Amino acid sequence: MIPEPRADGLSPAAYRVVGRALPRFDVADKVRGATQYAADWQMPGMLVGRILRSIYPCARIRRLDVARARALPGVAVVLTARDLPRSGVEEDPTGAGLLRFTTPILADGVVRYQGEPVAIVAAASDASARAALAAIEVEYEPLPGVHDAEAAARRGAERVHEGRDNVFVHWKLRRGDVETGFRGAAAVVERTYRTQRVDHAYLEPEAGVAWVDADGVITVRASSQVIEHFRALAEILGLPHNRVRVIAPFLGGGFGGKEDMTVEPYVAALAWATGRPVRMVWGRDESLLARPKRHAFVMRYKTGAARDGSLLAQEISLLADAGPYPLLSPRVLFAALVVGCGPYRVPHVRIDARAVFTNNVPASAMRGFGAMQMTFAYEAQMDLIAHALGMPPAAIRERNFLRKGDRLPTGEAAGTYVALPELLRRAQDALGERSRPSGPTARVGRGIACNMQPYGRTVWFQDRASAWLGLEADGSLVIRAGVPDLGGGQAASLAQIAAEVLGVSVERIRVHVGDSALTPLAGGTFATRQLYMSGNAALRCARELRAEIAPVAAALLEAAEADLEFADDHVGVAGAPDRRVSLARVVAECSRRGVPVSRLSAFQGERSAPPDLDTGQGRTFPDYTYGCHAAEVEVDTETGETRLLKYAACHDVGRAINPQSVAGQIQGGAAMGIGQALGEEIALEAGVNLTTLFANYLMPTAPDLPDIQAIVLESGEGRGPFGARGIGEPPTGPPLATIAAAVADATGVRPLELPITPERVFRALAGRAGTKEGR
Amino acid sequence: MSAAAGAPREWPDRVALRFALNGRAVDAWAAPHDTLLAVLRDTLGATEVKYGCGEGVCGTCTVLLDGAPINACLTLGVHAQGRTITTVRGLAAAAGAPGTAAGDMHPLQRAFVAHEAAQCGFCTPGMLLTAYALLADHPHPTRAEIRTALGGNLCRCTGYTRIVDAVEACVRARQGGDRA
Repeated sequence: MIPEPRADGLSPAAYRVVGRALPRFDVADKVRGATQYAADWQMPGMLVGRILRSIYPCARIRRLDVARARALPGVAVVLTARDLPRSGVEEDPTGAGLLRFTTPILADGVVRYQGEPVAIVAAASDASARAALAAIEVEYEPLPGVHDAEAAARRGAERVHEGRDNVFVHWKLRRGDVETGFRGAAAVVERTYRTQRVDHAYLEPEAGVAWVDADGVITVRASSQVIEHFRALAEILGLPHNRVRVIAPFLGGGFGGKEDMTVEPYVAALAWATGRPVRMVWGRDESLLARPKRHAFVMRYKTGAARDGSLLAQEISLLADAGPYPLLSPRVLFAALVVGCGPYRVPHVRIDARAVFTNNVPASAMRGFGAMQMTFAYEAQMDLIAHALGMPPAAIRERNFLRKGDRLPTGEAAGTYVALPELLRRAQDALGERSRPSGPTARVGRGIACNMQPYGRTVWFQDRASAWLGLEADGSLVIRAGVPDLGGGQAASLAQIAAEVLGVSVERIRVHVGDSALTPLAGGTFATRQLYMSGNAALRCARELRAEIAPVAAALLEAAEADLEFADDHVGVAGAPDRRVSLARVVAECSRRGVPVSRLSAFQGERSAPPDLDTGQGRTFPDYTYGCHAAEVEVDTETGETRLLKYAACHDVGRAINPQSVAGQIQGGAAMGIGQALGEEIALEAGVNLTTLFANYLMPTAPDLPDIQAIVLESGEGRGPFGARGIGEPPTGPPLATIAAAVADATGVRPLELPITPERVFRALAGRAGTKEGR
Repeated sequence: MSAAAGAPREWPDRVALRFALNGRAVDAWAAPHDTLLAVLRDTLGATEVKYGCGEGVCGTCTVLLDGAPINACLTLGVHAQGRTITTVRGLAAAAGAPGTAAGDMHPLQRAFVAHEAAQCGFCTPGMLLTAYALLADHPHPTRAEIRTALGGNLCRCTGYTRIVDAVEACVRARQGGDRA
């Protein structure tokens, strides 16, 4: 059973604002077309920026001559790697002291993936900019390159970087002794699973405008998940950190694809070089060609269970194709490592998670961040083990579900309530009666899958977020927080949290977000961390501000502080409806007495050292969000086509600050996973991208999808404000396994590779490929 | 070299365009090959019309040309000559309700807010216009018909359920009105 809520000792009914499906202020702007996205920004004298990209996946640059391009009319500047103070920033992408790497901003002498930036131009018009790109002379010496991740990982393979092993990260997890576990097993299942490379495909392509402000500060207003990139930009331009400012306006989607820098270094450098405003908007073709993707994973799983279904041992080997640069791969692989066994108790675990350099398009962060791909494999293993033991899929899960306090494979305890039994029941029930096949060749099948997804950064990154709240003289409230709003309601949720504590109505709250000069830094919007981190910062700030002004209000009302109620833009006395004063009156009195009415507060996440590198034992993520999805599909056995008939996605969100926004995250996250399960794929041939159009990168359209039922459970046990858990990423993982299980149920053939295309299903059914192995 | 005002004319063969944009006559110079999207966004500053793919697949740049939804990225600017273009900013006025002020919202817009049918909001202008055109032609569509009609407008945030909910809510509200 879901435990009684414990946050604040308040029951949900006691909240006035939290838990209500309030309309988001940003949505009202968006439906009117009023929101100024990155590409909508206009400035006088603004130039157009463009990038010359490598046409080869792997080549030496023998000659790069920009003289003719520079001489063209309308061209303000052409820059190559040598024109930048530093064409890259040295970083440790592991955060654990394991690797130093400088990822180039512009290629210098060699290109390592198709679409890699080689030179940048700024010109008076788009036509002039394109003409300049055409006039840049590049002589390439194409090289064969390394394109197969598994081959690249073998000893003696051709190297992507001279003097560096292709395998550049290898995380290990060792717990118990898997051999002991397998010896005692009644059933052992061994399979290899493959997930494909996919694109974020936010509707807003990468865009930004940069200018040198009147005070000399290089200002970049860009579609970015991380305003803290101002530091890297300053390093690249050889400027003090406080001379670069990044503004993130409301984003047209991010999903991790705007976590690494996109246009920022290029527009910043062009503005720095010309002294004029420069706008750069990437074409969809550029975005699909060259932006980092979700990693393609190869996952070998060996799972052993006792006759009663108890899991005994799990041995996992994971290989990820990172492309030529580390970017966020080490962290993606670490997340995958930690959740490799899924939300189950397993006494003996051995996991090796490796990322390998190739000359394929780079891979980095995408919603679900490595953890989501693992769901496809560990949930399939659960089904296969259940089948081998003659158990229903739900039963084997129930037998092994983690419970609060159980040890994870990392040796740390599951720190909050695990609602999986209830989530499973609710998701299954939501499907209702089984549909009848629509024709003689149609087969209907159902599947379930559970998952756990971390929220918040790994504890050794010592995460921190800050927020500023201030009451105005009229009793309205201003919130400043360096939070980029990706569209998930990141800004609106802060208003709802502050409104709960301070009693200001949400319409009277103005939220300023995403400006590294004017809003206190909150860390980027990624890792499902903003509600957890900035939500806690805003909550703390609101409580401290309330504590500051409460004595003044109490004096005005001649009441005890403990009896005060902050609501409806007033401070009142509990049980005495006519004894109240407006917040404006309280603010005036605070001013008279010299009591501050604004405050800056920070929330410090848990801090810990990295886990033991040989065993993976230690503290890793702050907490997890658990979920269960259920799907019903119809497969046409004649064509292999899979149609999704019903879909339910159930998550314990701890506390829903805004239930409508939470359900929206669940529906949208599930849809993204469904797209990966059934159709999306960035297809490469020897590093050459074959899917640089939306016409052949196929994501779900409205008629492709059924209604997605979002089911929200609130255990009250999360580490965010009011007991909330993060929900941005968790819904993306389960669809991969849920749909695969449903297809297996319908056809008797288990998909081991994504996407589950009609061709793959057809071939598997025809026995020409795939493995006929039951469910 | 400087990119100053003295840069040569790149498009000597520009055409003088006049059309109605959200109920007002506008004038613009356009090259014959300029897309309507470029004319609207870059020349006329109608940045509520979005670029999403430039290949007519995502529907993000949808506008109404004489009331019919089209992809502005695949339409030439000269095609708008003498015709009417409606963007999301003209939606409230396009409802034709007497006394509709510019800042008002069309019932579809209000439904999108109430149902949180927009998240990042980038597809929303196009989505609203397609939905508007659907309801103009078919006042009482089923959910399946709504989904089909929105098939040319991609959304990456919502999974579409809420968008269909919002459009359906408008249909229901209107049916309620019909009966009254």
